[in-house]
Amino acid sequence: MLKTMDNRAWILVLPVVLLVAYNSIIPLMTVVNYSVQDIFDPAHRIFVGTEWYRQMLHNSRLQDALWRQFVFSGLVLLIEIPLGVAIALTMPRKSGFGTSLTLVLIALPLLIPWNVIGTIWVIFLRPDIGLLGHFINQTLGIHFDYPTVPIQAWISVMMMEVWHWTPLVALLAYAGLRSIPDAYYQAARIDGASKWAVFLYIQLPKMRGVLMIAVLLRFMDSFLIYTEPFVLTGGGPGNSTTFLSIYLVKIATGEFDLGRAGAFSIIYFLIILAFSYVFYQVLTRAGTGEQR
Amino acid sequence: MRIQMRTLGLIVYLIVLMLPIYWMLNMSLRENTDIMSRLALFPHDPTFQNYVKIFTDPGWYMGYVNSISYVTMNTVICLVAALPAAYAFSRFRFIGDKHLFFWLLTNRMAPPAVFLVPFFQLYTTIGMLDTYTAVALAHTLFNLPLAVWILEGFMSGVPRQIDETAFIDGYSLPRFFVTVFIPLIRAGVGVTAFFCFMFSWVELLFARTLTVTQAKPIAVVMTRTVSASGLDWGLLAAAGMLTIVPGALVIYFVRNYIAKGFALGRV
Repeated sequence: MLKTMDNRAWILVLPVVLLVAYNSIIPLMTVVNYSVQDIFDPAHRIFVGTEWYRQMLHNSRLQDALWRQFVFSGLVLLIEIPLGVAIALTMPRKSGFGTSLTLVLIALPLLIPWNVIGTIWVIFLRPDIGLLGHFINQTLGIHFDYPTVPIQAWISVMMMEVWHWTPLVALLAYAGLRSIPDAYYQAARIDGASKWAVFLYIQLPKMRGVLMIAVLLRFMDSFLIYTEPFVLTGGGPGNSTTFLSIYLVKIATGEFDLGRAGAFSIIYFLIILAFSYVFYQVLTRAGTGEQR
Repeated sequence: MRIQMRTLGLIVYLIVLMLPIYWMLNMSLRENTDIMSRLALFPHDPTFQNYVKIFTDPGWYMGYVNSISYVTMNTVICLVAALPAAYAFSRFRFIGDKHLFFWLLTNRMAPPAVFLVPFFQLYTTIGMLDTYTAVALAHTLFNLPLAVWILEGFMSGVPRQIDETAFIDGYSLPRFFVTVFIPLIRAGVGVTAFFCFMFSWVELLFARTLTVTQAKPIAVVMTRTVSASGLDWGLLAAAGMLTIVPGALVIYFVRNYIAKGFALGRV
């Protein structure tokens, strides 16, 4: 589609630009300002240059948190994408009451405030009052106490994350499936194609665009995760579930170390920026490449 | 047989999906002493006292009023600002359009944790701390880019010929936009409103930082249930159940479009 060149379009964009600039450029500049100073109180501050950056880059806790973050986001993708596609494949293809009900139920976890998600899982996993915690401890006879055992804390956070966000992948994949015309399936039936062939050569290619969006959305959002694991584990036991955002908030508001938090923020933001760029490239291609 | 296996799989998944929510519902209908004394698969002696407490104590129900106020405000701001912007992106090329779109995108992806302290200082300086406006404005940081994106996706699906025909017929841009174009993409507007509502509703970090007492959202009020005698699980569960209700209500209306919204209007 050819667009007309018209710079007056800036007038239409201006309100958005002003609002977002107000909320992003001023705070970002504030953070940059913090990141090069040592602040004792508003009246006493010393310019320290790149000192905080050097400290944060060599900070082993930050590096640990970063690796933890990558492992977490990687696991999220590995589990949620195949699971979401599998669920979408089981969903009814025709519209009707069952379909509506399924859609509403599947979308429900997406609309729960993030700290309530944490609360739900705290209640669900408690060994004394939680259904799952009690079940694992009493019926399976495995000692399950996620607040003290790191590996169990990880499993708990993953379970919560998969429970919370797989519906998003399922919904997107389902929308992709719905866009396949019936004629494709009829042609496949005439050719005697197996279920697997239909999946591989019809369904998967048609889901490509939406799955791309699902992968990138899930990667980004899991990279920023804060509230849910904070409520569930508080980043513990020890630092075992301290992801980047949790660590950053700990430094910024817990220790009130604005200089280091500022440097951390900028590093974090740059990582995000790099990924956003890749995201944007892929997305604009997916948008133009497969127009139906 | 094949179909039955599929449906069975789906039903199992839905049950697993609903279990944690059911468990919270179960808790919310029991008293705290009852919860702590034994594990029960369903409330033997259901009581609504937790809900009654929330609906009669202003400290509690004002949390919902506050949340809904700033969420509504945010949705309105986002729609009003994003509609013309999305139109500009979908119809015109202009200097810096691609860069601008990318810059908007980076804000959707920015870690909220980065903005906590600066936001607190910024909104304190302009004297807006602890108001609905502060939270509504802060939430535009991630909701506006999203709204522009989704709307742009929907708008690009409308053929340009419609615009051209309308202009030949003598419509001015504003009149065409309001009377012809917006009705054409009303599904997109609905979905966008839903997404702004949703992301503002589920967000906690900004809302917690920017409020003290007057505008405190329900998600923050919920942390009050810790008392000297420990957590009041029943009350906490009831408050949690009530936060699900608004979402569950609006989701029904956009159920067929929700995926299109997540795909930024590009399914």
